[in-house]
Amino acid sequence: MARYLLRRFAFLLVSLALACVVLFVLLRMLPGDPANALTAVGATDEQIAAARHSIGSDKPLPEQFAHWIGQLAQGDLGTSFVSSLPVGPEITARLQVTIPLTLAAFALAILIAVPAGFLAAYRRGTWYGALLSGVSQLGIAIPVFWLGMILIAVFALNTGWLPAGGFPPDGWSQPGEAIRSLTLPVLTIALVMSASLIRYVRSATLDVLGSDYLRTARALGSSFAGAMWRHGLRNAAVPVISVLGIELASTLLGAVVVESVFALPGLGSMLATGIEQHDYPVIQGVLFVSTLAVLLIGFAADLVQRIIDPRLRGGLSGGIR
Amino acid sequence: MTSANPLESTASTPSTPSTAPEASAVKRRANRSYTLITGCAVAGLIVLLALVSFLWLPYAPDDTSGGRLAPPGADHLLGTDKLGRDLFTQVMTGSRIAVEAGLGSVLIAATVGVTLGVLAAFAQGWLDDTLSAFLDILIAFPTLLLAMLIVAARSATLESAILAIGLAQSAVVGRVVRVLVKRVLAQDYITAARTSGTSWLRITAGHILPNIWPTLVVNLALQFGLAVLAEAGLSYLGLGAPPPNASWGGMLQEAQSTFTTAPAGALAPGILLVLLVIGVNLIADGLRDTLDPAARGRGV
Repeated sequence: MARYLLRRFAFLLVSLALACVVLFVLLRMLPGDPANALTAVGATDEQIAAARHSIGSDKPLPEQFAHWIGQLAQGDLGTSFVSSLPVGPEITARLQVTIPLTLAAFALAILIAVPAGFLAAYRRGTWYGALLSGVSQLGIAIPVFWLGMILIAVFALNTGWLPAGGFPPDGWSQPGEAIRSLTLPVLTIALVMSASLIRYVRSATLDVLGSDYLRTARALGSSFAGAMWRHGLRNAAVPVISVLGIELASTLLGAVVVESVFALPGLGSMLATGIEQHDYPVIQGVLFVSTLAVLLIGFAADLVQRIIDPRLRGGLSGGIR
Repeated sequence: MTSANPLESTASTPSTPSTAPEASAVKRRANRSYTLITGCAVAGLIVLLALVSFLWLPYAPDDTSGGRLAPPGADHLLGTDKLGRDLFTQVMTGSRIAVEAGLGSVLIAATVGVTLGVLAAFAQGWLDDTLSAFLDILIAFPTLLLAMLIVAARSATLESAILAIGLAQSAVVGRVVRVLVKRVLAQDYITAARTSGTSWLRITAGHILPNIWPTLVVNLALQFGLAVLAEAGLSYLGLGAPPPNASWGGMLQEAQSTFTTAPAGALAPGILLVLLVIGVNLIADGLRDTLDPAARGRGV
């Protein structure tokens, strides 16, 4: 296990380095000069050159890259071209919206999907098993922003129970308001996420229910609940956890649409603005942090899978190669 | 490398042996074909709407004679939008964009994805590892993000959106294809074909593609639905087709502020979107059950 941990960690570092290079190169391929965002319309060539010099975009690309990596190594995410504010603290401020939003939605989605998916498999062929499958079909087909719009119309505009969007400027120092403004976004993401999760949970449960080991355990006198607890849970959890990892990772940045619907000052909207303004340090910073998070989540998901399923403890990637 | 792709589990888990009695098995199969028929009917309706929009539209797309935010009525089936344009006309041209987005993205995903997947499967050792790691990293990047970058680089057009969605989906398709091809390559008949001197090209065409296409087609159908949703999301953010061409996502964005006063504009495009995606997903389900009987009744 220790050897695996080392190798997996090395893979994580290599992936991160690779992602940094790809990120940097991809960004420099964007047309448009970030210096234009800094200067007034009709600026002289000297002014533009000065602006380029001030943000360092006149240096050769390898030097810019080395500069960025050097900063990263010191934990500095750079300074925004546009606002001249450091990117790191801005990201930290945005995370107080994005992290609670993502984690709460993720937890709620699991709370909905695991029992529902189990029931859909266990009660396959009954009307509510079919109903659950139908509802999850619907959930998969609904665009997340439209669900958000409908929830706003029902719970904010029509009834006035919850705010239609925004986040209290003081953030979590007003916990009541903060929770109220995150309720609808969390619900929106959780509902959509649980719809696809239900299908994976259902399929994993079906595999377990049809398995020989469960039948054997039952034949040996184990109760259904006991057999499921001892043998079924671990087996069903492995595929579900790998899906969970990917869902969590994609929610982190996929939240950009939901943030836009609810006008939340999260990481996604920061990225969207950064892209619009060609603000490289902001884009790089946000993407670096989120790539790191995505890789760490994948790392954690792999680890958890190995802990619960000894059969995976073979090669680096385990499972079918 | 990192955790398995969700779509991979569709392909990699062995199916449960069916122990159901014959009568219910027959009944179930009948239900399956209903799935396919329902899917074709629902998605076909939208495709028909898109096709008709090329030949006939109730109003010119820029005709604002109906007055602002007119309620649904005989003149304007769904009413008009903020600028007085007929909503039903926009819904029709929107269906065209949605179908184009789905088809275009899937075409790119199929071409690039199958090529990458087959290459990765044939490659051995470090080349395979590198290709898979590359696909993994691409998959870890949310589609939307990749799309935002490409759109930022090329400007917001339908083509940019399709390119971005297609490329992002190529990674997913590539991974699924890689696993499928690897599994076929492990079969004895491939060894037999190799020992008898068949070329890799002929093995790919004669053995691999015929064996993987049922799963591939189902996967591509699912990707179609996802592409339609992704395009709507991009248009909602203003990163899709530019204004005069109404995309459903863009229409919804415009109608958001008038949801309570003029709900038709905020509901109709969404309902059609959901119908198209459900229709295509039902087709995928139905195809899987027809083409790949082993996976019947598993539902993912």
